[in-house]
Amino acid sequence: MVRVDGSATSQSLIRVRGLNKTYSRGGEAIQVLQGLNLDVDKGDFVAFMGPSGSGKTTLLNLLGGIDVPSAGSITVDSDEITHMSGSKLTQWRARHVGFIFQMYNLIPVLTAFQNVELPLLLTKLSKADRRRHVETALAVVGLTDRMHHYPRQLSGGQEQRVTIARAIVSDPTFLLCDEPTGDLDRKSADEVMAVIEELVGKYGKTVLMVTHDPVIAARSHITLHLEKGVLVEASRVSQDVAAGGAS
Amino acid sequence: MAIPLIYNVRSVKARWTSAIVAVIGIAGTVGVFVAMLSLARGFRATLVASGSPGHGLVMRAGSTSEMMGGVTLDSVKIIQDAPGIARDSAGPLVTQEVVGVIPFPLISSGTDANVQVRGVSPNVLRIRNFVKIAQGRMFAPGLNELIVGKNANTTYSGLTVGNTVKFGGSPWKVVGVFDAGGSSFDSEIWCDGPILNQVLKRPPNIFQSVTVHLVSPDTFQQFKDAITADPRLNVDVTREIDYYAKQSTQMTRLITVLGGVVASIMAIGAVFAGLNTMYSAVAERGREIATMRALGFGAMAVVVSFLFEALLISFVGGAVGCAAVLPLNGLTTSTMNFQTFSSLAFAFKITPELLVRGIIFALAMGIVGGLLPAIRAANTSVATALREL
Amino acid sequence: MKFSALIFANLFRKKIRLILTVGSFAVALFLFAFLGVLRNAFNRGADVAGADRLVVIDRVSIINLIPLKYRDQILQIPGVKSVTHNNWFGGVYQDEKNFFPQFVIDPENQRQVFPELIVPDDQWNAFLKDRQGAIAGASTAERFHWKIGDRIPIKTTLYGGGSWEFNLDGIYHGQRPEDDETQFWFQWDYFEERVPEEVKGQIGWYVLRVNNPEDSVRIAKAIDDKFANSPSETKTETESAFAAGWVKQFGNIQFLIMTIGSVVFFTLLLVTGNTMAISVRERTAELAVMKAIGYSGRRVLIFILVESLVIAMIGGLLGLGLALMAVPALAKALNGMLPQLLLEPSILILGLAAALAVGIASGILPGLGAMRMRVVEAFRRV
Repeated sequence: MVRVDGSATSQSLIRVRGLNKTYSRGGEAIQVLQGLNLDVDKGDFVAFMGPSGSGKTTLLNLLGGIDVPSAGSITVDSDEITHMSGSKLTQWRARHVGFIFQMYNLIPVLTAFQNVELPLLLTKLSKADRRRHVETALAVVGLTDRMHHYPRQLSGGQEQRVTIARAIVSDPTFLLCDEPTGDLDRKSADEVMAVIEELVGKYGKTVLMVTHDPVIAARSHITLHLEKGVLVEASRVSQDVAAGGAS
Repeated sequence: MAIPLIYNVRSVKARWTSAIVAVIGIAGTVGVFVAMLSLARGFRATLVASGSPGHGLVMRAGSTSEMMGGVTLDSVKIIQDAPGIARDSAGPLVTQEVVGVIPFPLISSGTDANVQVRGVSPNVLRIRNFVKIAQGRMFAPGLNELIVGKNANTTYSGLTVGNTVKFGGSPWKVVGVFDAGGSSFDSEIWCDGPILNQVLKRPPNIFQSVTVHLVSPDTFQQFKDAITADPRLNVDVTREIDYYAKQSTQMTRLITVLGGVVASIMAIGAVFAGLNTMYSAVAERGREIATMRALGFGAMAVVVSFLFEALLISFVGGAVGCAAVLPLNGLTTSTMNFQTFSSLAFAFKITPELLVRGIIFALAMGIVGGLLPAIRAANTSVATALREL
Repeated sequence: MKFSALIFANLFRKKIRLILTVGSFAVALFLFAFLGVLRNAFNRGADVAGADRLVVIDRVSIINLIPLKYRDQILQIPGVKSVTHNNWFGGVYQDEKNFFPQFVIDPENQRQVFPELIVPDDQWNAFLKDRQGAIAGASTAERFHWKIGDRIPIKTTLYGGGSWEFNLDGIYHGQRPEDDETQFWFQWDYFEERVPEEVKGQIGWYVLRVNNPEDSVRIAKAIDDKFANSPSETKTETESAFAAGWVKQFGNIQFLIMTIGSVVFFTLLLVTGNTMAISVRERTAELAVMKAIGYSGRRVLIFILVESLVIAMIGGLLGLGLALMAVPALAKALNGMLPQLLLEPSILILGLAAALAVGIASGILPGLGAMRMRVVEAFRRV
């Protein structure tokens, strides 16, 4: 169940309390997030929307451990990440987070297979084990036949699906997507969203997604708006679906 | 329609780190090129300046250098009467000379170098009339007195006016410094012929060479024919200037070959650096090129534009390289001339012509380094480039 | 290593750039080897000079001759093992360009004083019996395609002008690669009988071996003292001092070579450093993504350093390899003007070390930049 008022008492998968993030830009201090709260449970599919500059990406970066907050706490699966040191945080990310960015996800000089394998190189898995995981991940996103192609030989939608494969290959705790369909045409966007929905519905994955497209957002369980530095629920309808589906 | 040159100038300024790298690569190569050539030329010039077209040099037949030969006093007397020789009030302008090498310590290292010592006739300054006494006076015949060339004065220790040096078991007083106009004589020490002969334990009345001042350069053949026809003489006659030109060949060739190899290798490296810079520039500016093509600039215009840029960079590199080595001009250094076994001081000789060659070399590297990238720039398909946006 | 696929894929990102950068290293190391060979060639005399050998020349002038009768007196000095004498012949073989050093030798003592110049016994014995015999060094013999039994005419320039003929009875080889194999030796007796009266009984210089190198200074002084105030005073020094002094006359070759070498390496560093910087800058987004998915800054730094080192090593090996092949050709082109041109192992090792150093130096700055770059900023920059 997804909550934004900081009132959840049971153990959520992701628990954010009083999150602040301030930037100084040209001498001025801009407070992007102000006392933000969030609770997300396993299997939730959350979309974040908001005007440009509202801090959606900042929030995602903080949740993924690639940025540090000015104040507040973020706890994921009992790990308090806000006070982790740089190298511990890096290791935590490798283990717990799957990233899907809008672009530049794939390394152009590596094949799809090799790109998906990247997170596994950080583990102690044998070559054979790595191969099995990669093939599985690519099968999930339906790109087994493109395993040895280079990104330039793939369409935009296929590239994003490879990215998703890479994001799930080490079985992370949750997935973070920043405008995953932002650069794509309608058909490719549908392909990608279909995969994400399958990940949530069939494999029980937890997904947090930033998007500016309400049609895309509608495919999630619940849409949250980032306004004035905090999260606000978008509509009653989304909330009911979440309540019925999860728990 | 040509792409405005100011675009290239601004582009170079915008990517100035890469441009500086290429400039330095080319500057280094051109610098080495100019320095090496000026070294070889300086060496050659020094030797060539020693010889005058109006002088004939007589040595024992078969000698390849002055030091090897022996011409007797009797032969000298015969030579003095030959036609074609200039005369003044004191008699025929002929100097018979004793040549040897004597070790003196180098100021720079303290170790000995072999210095060419020339025992001359008292009338030598009238024959070699480009030689002037710069300090002190000419030595007096019959005495243990020396005059030293201006380079010898600054290269070897102890050769200053008023000083006494010791060699051959006797003390010699340095009474003057002479200026021989940048010729090899500036590295020599001159003294009285017969006395030097004794010191070198040579048989008396034998000289290594005879130099004659001809009436005019045209009388050389007349002189030579008369001498070679005479059955009493066993000598070779050459123009002094030819002799000295030949004396410089080995060393000049060595410096030129070595310098040439080094400069060529560096040129290849500089071209690689230039190519790298230009290819990077072309790659980074894909969008700009596409835009220009889309605006209507033709392929040729793009090629010319990039070539201009490469030439601009290489020209600057060449100029920097030349400027960097220019201070070397006139700097004296000394080395050993294999052919005469003695130490020779000479100066780097950088002429405007050499500088021009340096710049041309730089531009050549620029063309080689710029042409292929320029062609690639022109071939960048507009659609591909714009898609990369 | 499991990351090798990643590193190599990145290296081949832009093939032309890779070739050019490797080429730059190759060129720089080729030049380094060439300069090293030159420097060693000039210093050769000093390097091979025997620690236990002394050279005695005329004090007044190196070209003056000294009496043969000094030999017995030198032998009497305690600590002197053996003495031999040489004259410089300075003749011309066919053409002045075909220069090689010709020495009149004292066969009785030659091998004791110069044991490193080896002649097979049968050839040496034939030489001893042959008044007009000659022995040539292997490289001179090879240069003119001489075979044993050939008749070698040499025109004298110092002693009259006629042509002297010799029978090539043997070929000597140096024990070490750096030993001089260009000399031409012939008999003192033959020389004595043919030179003019005033030159007879005189030699150019003595070379002697001492029992103990530590005695060299004492023995040198003893020799010079013995002949002081005589008509032919001597100057004695160790062979290495003599050779070193000789080299110094060539001017500050060392300085010139060091200067050129430094210019080259500095430029190489700039070029490769710049290339690495550009190549890393191009990958800002990718590196950011890698750091996001869990690759630490240190790992990224190491990847970049490894790339840089691979380029340096391959380029360096290529350049040094080319030099190995080119040096013999160069030696031929210079035709005897310089002594033995050899590419010694020390040059190769030093060259590789230098390539390594430049490789690290050119990768370190971009690498550190990539390591420190904050993922968030990188995304904003792109």
